[in-house]
Amino acid sequence: MPTYAAIFVQGQRITMHRPFARIVVDEETWLTVATALAGGQAVLLGLWGDAQAVHMAMLEDGANEPVVTTFMCADGRFPSVGRLHAPAIRPERAIHDLFGLDPMGLPDERPWLDHGRWDIGHPLAASGPSARASEPAAYPFLVAEGDGVHQIPVGPVHAGIIEPGHFRFNAAGETVVRLEERLGYTHKGIESLMAGASLDQAARLAGRTSGDSTVAYAYAFALAVEAALGIEISARAIYLRALMAELERLANHLGDIGAICNDAAFALMLAHCGVLRERVLRVAAKAFGHRLMMDCIIPGGVSVDLAPAGVSDIRHLLATIRGVFPALVELYDETASLQDRTVGTGIVPPSLARQFGAGGYIGRASGRAFDTRRHLAYPPYDTLTFDVPVLNEGDVNARVWIRIREVEQSLSLIDQILDRLPADGLLRTEVGGAGERREGLALVEGFRGDVLVSVRLSGEGSIERCHLRDPSWFQWPLLEAAIKGNIVADFPLCNKSFNCSYSGHDL
Amino acid sequence: MRKLLFQGLAKPPLTEAGPTDGEIAALAAELDHLARSRLGRSLAIREVDAGSCNGCELEINALGNAFYDLERFGLRFVASPRHADVLLVTGPVTHNMREALLRTYDATPNPKWVVAAGTCALGEGVFAESYACQKGGVSAVIAVDLYIPGCPPTPTDLLKGLLALITKNTGPSGQVR
Ligand code: SF4
Repeated sequence: MPTYAAIFVQGQRITMHRPFARIVVDEETWLTVATALAGGQAVLLGLWGDAQAVHMAMLEDGANEPVVTTFMCADGRFPSVGRLHAPAIRPERAIHDLFGLDPMGLPDERPWLDHGRWDIGHPLAASGPSARASEPAAYPFLVAEGDGVHQIPVGPVHAGIIEPGHFRFNAAGETVVRLEERLGYTHKGIESLMAGASLDQAARLAGRTSGDSTVAYAYAFALAVEAALGIEISARAIYLRALMAELERLANHLGDIGAICNDAAFALMLAHCGVLRERVLRVAAKAFGHRLMMDCIIPGGVSVDLAPAGVSDIRHLLATIRGVFPALVELYDETASLQDRTVGTGIVPPSLARQFGAGGYIGRASGRAFDTRRHLAYPPYDTLTFDVPVLNEGDVNARVWIRIREVEQSLSLIDQILDRLPADGLLRTEVGGAGERREGLALVEGFRGDVLVSVRLSGEGSIERCHLRDPSWFQWPLLEAAIKGNIVADFPLCNKSFNCSYSGHDL
Repeated sequence: MRKLLFQGLAKPPLTEAGPTDGEIAALAAELDHLARSRLGRSLAIREVDAGSCNGCELEINALGNAFYDLERFGLRFVASPRHADVLLVTGPVTHNMREALLRTYDATPNPKWVVAAGTCALGEGVFAESYACQKGGVSAVIAVDLYIPGCPPTPTDLLKGLLALITKNTGPSGQVR
């Protein structure tokens, strides 16, 4: 029996959850889903905790709607999905840290986000947080043994201007035998701050989950809330949101292309791409009042309007990028010393990208064509024309090329959006409580992949529970695989080509 | 590549044509002069992300682009705290990053300055009330010489802040400790 059918037949549907189905399932069905994930018939989109329950969002092969399954943890335990399907291991470790729920059979029981430094334990547990008594214990890293294998610990503070995290290399000479990541340093307790927050507060928080994806997060949060409340927003607001999202993608991809080349010791590209990125941010600041467009998307619509001058500024920006970018692409393509570093480096095999449901340029550089703008299309993308570029090599070079192609697609999308932008329309539709509990789920394509937001609202419209899932959750583990067999010196280059979020992952 | 390099030679530098060039040029001259007169050399900055959302890092990184070109002000980012005069700290200081921040501070030789950049680092902002974050931000962990507010502060805000640091009359906190 196909997985979805099993879920719908065996489970109990929760009607207040929109627009996708949420089904409460028994242990057997929960494990049916886990088995389908492990067998590759479905992709894991998210796995998160709740008071006395765990939720798992998944997408079955060939389906165009995700489904959320819920397992009620009557005795504080649930059958581990990670035991069968590796991508679930880190989310389950995080669930244990935050909720105190016990994933039965989880192969890795080390804490993940909790480094033993908070005053409390299990901050989101149904019965309230527990007191913390003991000192933080040492974190047992996995060991690699063999002749001449040595460890190189790096971080959490790194040499560049980047986010904190720890990397433990096991190397034989210069060759990496194993890389183990330890994350959680930037854990800010966002999901606990969400509980009880007003919609406005929550939108601000959502937009600060990962600053480089602030538009994508605010967008996904707004869509989830609107789905829960059944709110329609104006066409102008719909197009303005997409405009911001594409500007964000453009700025980040341009920055990344330059930064990756810089890590391959080719600074000229960084200089040129840095200029283009800065031009995008300046136009965003002029058009929407904030360089990163923070707090511009809110539940019900947008908080700022685009002045007519903004439209011509953006058109001018597009012309500038179109004038400069092709020469940069040519430069990238024709510089042998650069290609020498990026081709064949840090390979993610398509099978792994598929298993982990890797999104964004990481998935698409390894043959996984998934893009929420296309496969779970939300307006206005359901009517816009664009390609989803895909490559199969899975190396640093492929991840650069996907970004290059996506820059071109974003330029075209912005043109289409400006052409169709309605001259006027309500900026913000009234939002408020529905008088009853409501739930919503949304996925939005951020620059690094699909951002998932799940919300539960009280009758008054405040947040009861909000989970935000960064694409990095399913990309970080692939970096460990990609670096294996490469030399230590290529790590920064690989890492930059991934550009995973620490903050978005650590939450 | 040759085409691009020649273009670079033919075109005026962006640093002079930038929209805020007047302001920045004035800052540059003053900062350069002061940095030299006080330190006799350039200012070396070590950035520490103490749990930011990464928005602040994006803008700090932007300081290096051709519009702002931080290095012409005698300011440069260094890879190790051992080479730094200034610690530029962002983020609310998560409990998980507290020790790393302290150790980085201790590894920075005296005299040293600490600049807290961004609303979070000031102990305000959206994460301030969390169980996972230090109450009071950076100054609750190490002595702060200067705050640069903003969420995130723009590159121009950051430049202005660094200028203010040099013009401040008091010595660096690292000296008196
Ligand atoms: S101040 Fe704003 S941009 Fe900076 S880390 Fe805090 S939330 Fe992010």
